[in-house]
Amino acid sequence: MTFVVIMMVVFLATISTAAVVDGLVPPSHVQAIDPTKVSETPPFDHPGLRKVADGTYEAYYVARIFSFTPQHLEIPAGSRVTFYVTSADVEHGFSVPLTGVNTMVTPGWVSTVSHTFKTPGKYLLVCNEYCGAGHQLMAGDIEVK
Amino acid sequence: MAAIVDGKLRGSQDTPVVARENGLVLAHIYTSTTALTLGALFGLLQGFSRANFLVIPPEFDYYRVLTAHGVLMALVFTTFFITGLFTFATYRSIPRPDRSVRVGWIGWGLMLLGSALAAGEIIAGNATVLYTFYAPLKADPLFYFGATFLILGTWVVGWDVAENVIYFKRNHPGERIPLPAYGAIATVVMWVIATLGVVAEMGLIIPWSLGWTQGIDVELSRMLFWYFGHPLVYFWIMCAYLIWYNFLPTTYGGKNFSDSLTRLAFLMLLLLSTPVGLHHQFLEPGISAGWKWLHTVTTYGVVIPSFMTAFAIFASFELAARKAGKKGFLQIVRWLPWGNPTFSGCALGMILFLVGGFGGIVNSSYSMDILVHNTMWIVGHFHVTVGGPAALSFIGAAYTLVPAVTGRQLFAPKLAVAQTWMWFIGMTMMSTGMHIAGLLGSPRRTSDVTYFGAAGAQSWHGEMVLAAIGGAILFVSILMFVVVAVGTRLRDYHPQKRVQFGFAPAMEGTMATPAVLDRLPTWGAVAIGLALLAYAGPLYQLLSTPHFLAPGMRTW
Repeated sequence: MTFVVIMMVVFLATISTAAVVDGLVPPSHVQAIDPTKVSETPPFDHPGLRKVADGTYEAYYVARIFSFTPQHLEIPAGSRVTFYVTSADVEHGFSVPLTGVNTMVTPGWVSTVSHTFKTPGKYLLVCNEYCGAGHQLMAGDIEVK
Repeated sequence: MAAIVDGKLRGSQDTPVVARENGLVLAHIYTSTTALTLGALFGLLQGFSRANFLVIPPEFDYYRVLTAHGVLMALVFTTFFITGLFTFATYRSIPRPDRSVRVGWIGWGLMLLGSALAAGEIIAGNATVLYTFYAPLKADPLFYFGATFLILGTWVVGWDVAENVIYFKRNHPGERIPLPAYGAIATVVMWVIATLGVVAEMGLIIPWSLGWTQGIDVELSRMLFWYFGHPLVYFWIMCAYLIWYNFLPTTYGGKNFSDSLTRLAFLMLLLLSTPVGLHHQFLEPGISAGWKWLHTVTTYGVVIPSFMTAFAIFASFELAARKAGKKGFLQIVRWLPWGNPTFSGCALGMILFLVGGFGGIVNSSYSMDILVHNTMWIVGHFHVTVGGPAALSFIGAAYTLVPAVTGRQLFAPKLAVAQTWMWFIGMTMMSTGMHIAGLLGSPRRTSDVTYFGAAGAQSWHGEMVLAAIGGAILFVSILMFVVVAVGTRLRDYHPQKRVQFGFAPAMEGTMATPAVLDRLPTWGAVAIGLALLAYAGPLYQLLSTPHFLAPGMRTW
C-alpha cells in the first residue's frame, strides 16, 4: 500500500513539474464565441494561416460538418504553429496523429493548441469526435516543407 | 418471459416469498443477457467494418450500429445485471418472511420501458447520437425520455434495496448491515448522487429536444454528463468488487479477508468516485487547466480502494491455499479452482484489470491524455475494463446466480469455463489491437479509418484486423454464455438436488467492524460535499464566463 501511495505521488509530481516547468498542460483555452455567427466573427470569417514572425504562425480553423477550413496547410519545417479552432455546428475533434496536436472543438468555444513541426512531410488532420453521418470523411492535411 | 422467471419450484422447500424473489432476480439477469447478446451482434458488425471486412449499408449505417452497441452494452446490459445482483445480495443477506417484491418489479419495468424506448429510437435511426449523446446533436425526445426512465428505474430498485436495509436496521438494533447488502447500498448511494448529474442534463436536453427552448449550453451539458460518466464506471467496478468479496471465496472454500476492510473500500469508492469527472474533459476549451489538475489528483485518490481490494482478494486466495497445505506462488495458483466458471470468470477479469488499471492511470494523467484522447487507445481501455473485471465477473457470477435462483445445477459447466477463457483470449486480442492503433493515432468512433489511403492512416489497418478477430472470438464466447445461462433454466428440476447458496463468511467477526462505517446517510452527505467541492470551481468559471447557446442539429 505504501508503495502504491509513493508511486501515485511520484506520478503526480512528474506531471505537475512538466506542467509548471515545460508548460505541458492540456489545451484549456477559455474564450467564448457565438456558434451561429462563426463565419461573421473575425478572425474565423477568414480562416487560414497568419505569419506572426519568422518560424511562428497562427492557424485559424473552422470545423463544420464534414470538413475543416482550411483543408490544406503549408508551413516551413521547424515552424511553431498555434492552432485556433472553433465549430460552427456540433462537437468535433482536431487531431494530428503522432503529434501533440489533439483537442476537442466545442460549439461556442475557441480551442487552442501549439506545436512545433520539425520533420518535413504530409501530416494527416482528422476529426476524432463523432459528428454525424460523414464523420469518417472529415480530414485535412498539413504539409511541412 | 413470465413463464421462464416465475421461479416456482415444484416440490422445493422454497417459500412463496423466496420463489418470487428468485423470479425477480432472474428477470433482471435474463434482460441483461438479452442486451448483451444484441449488443454483441452490433459490436461484431462494427469490428468487421473497421477492419474493412464488410461495409455496413447506409440504410442501417455504422453509427446507428455503434450507438446501439454502446447503449446496449454500457447502459442496459451492465445496469440490469447490477440491479439484479444487488436485489439478490440484499434479499439473500436480509431474509424477510413478509417481503413484497412489488417495488422491485416496478423498478425493473420502468428500466425495461426506458431501454425499449431508447433502443426503438436508435433502431429507427432517430437517435444516432452514440451512448454519450453529446449536444448539440439532437435526437428524438423519446430517446432522452427512455434514457431517463432507465435511470429512474434504477432509483426505484435502489429504493427497494434501501427499504430492506432500513427494515434490517430497525429489527436488528446494534447489528452491522450484512456485508453483501452493505456493498449494494453503498453503491446505490454513490449511484444516486452520480445520476443526479445526468438527470439534470436531461432537464436541459428534454425541453430543448421538444422545441421548448431554442438553444443548449453545450459545455454545461458535457460537464453534467461527465459528472455522471465516470461514476458510471465505478458502478460497474463496485458491483465486480461485491462479487469478489462475497461470492468468489465460496468457490475455493475461503473467507472474505476482512469485513472492515471491505466496508472501508466501498465507503472510499462512495466518497471518491464522483469528484473526478473532469479527467474525461482534459482536452476541452472553457475549463481552466488548474481545475483539470485538481481532478487528476482526485482521480489518483480513487485508485487506493482498488489496490486495497486487490490486496484483500489475493490475501484471501493465499490464506485458503495455505490452509490446504499449499506453499509458493505456483502451487497456490494451481490449487485455485480453475474448473469453476465463477472463479475463472472473476480471476481472468482481474488479470484484464491489470492492463485496464495501468491504462486508466495513463488516461487520467493530465497532459499524458493528449497522446491518447479520442484515439482507439481509449476504446481498448474501456473494453478491457468494462469488458474485463466488470463483464467477465458478472458472467462468472451469473454461473452462480442462475443455479441459485432456478435451483438447477449449472448446464454444461465445462462449456462455461471454456467460455470465460474464450472471452479472455478474445478481449486480450481485441484490446491489444485497439491500444496499439490508438498509440499510432487512429481515431475512435469512425466507420472507416482509411482516409482515402492517406499515408498517416496505413499503419492502423493491421491492428483493426487483430481487433476484429478478437471481437469475433468474443461474439462466439457470448453465444456460449447464452447456451449455459438459458440451458440451466431449461434443465429438469430435481428437488433433492436443489442448489443451495451461501455468501462467503468474513475471517473476523462482523461485530468487530467499526459501527461508524455503517452510517451511510452521513457518508452520503460527505460524498455530496466532496462532489460540490470538486465541481464548484469549474462550474463557477463556466457560469460566470459570458457564453452562447447552440441550436440543435441532426447530422445523420
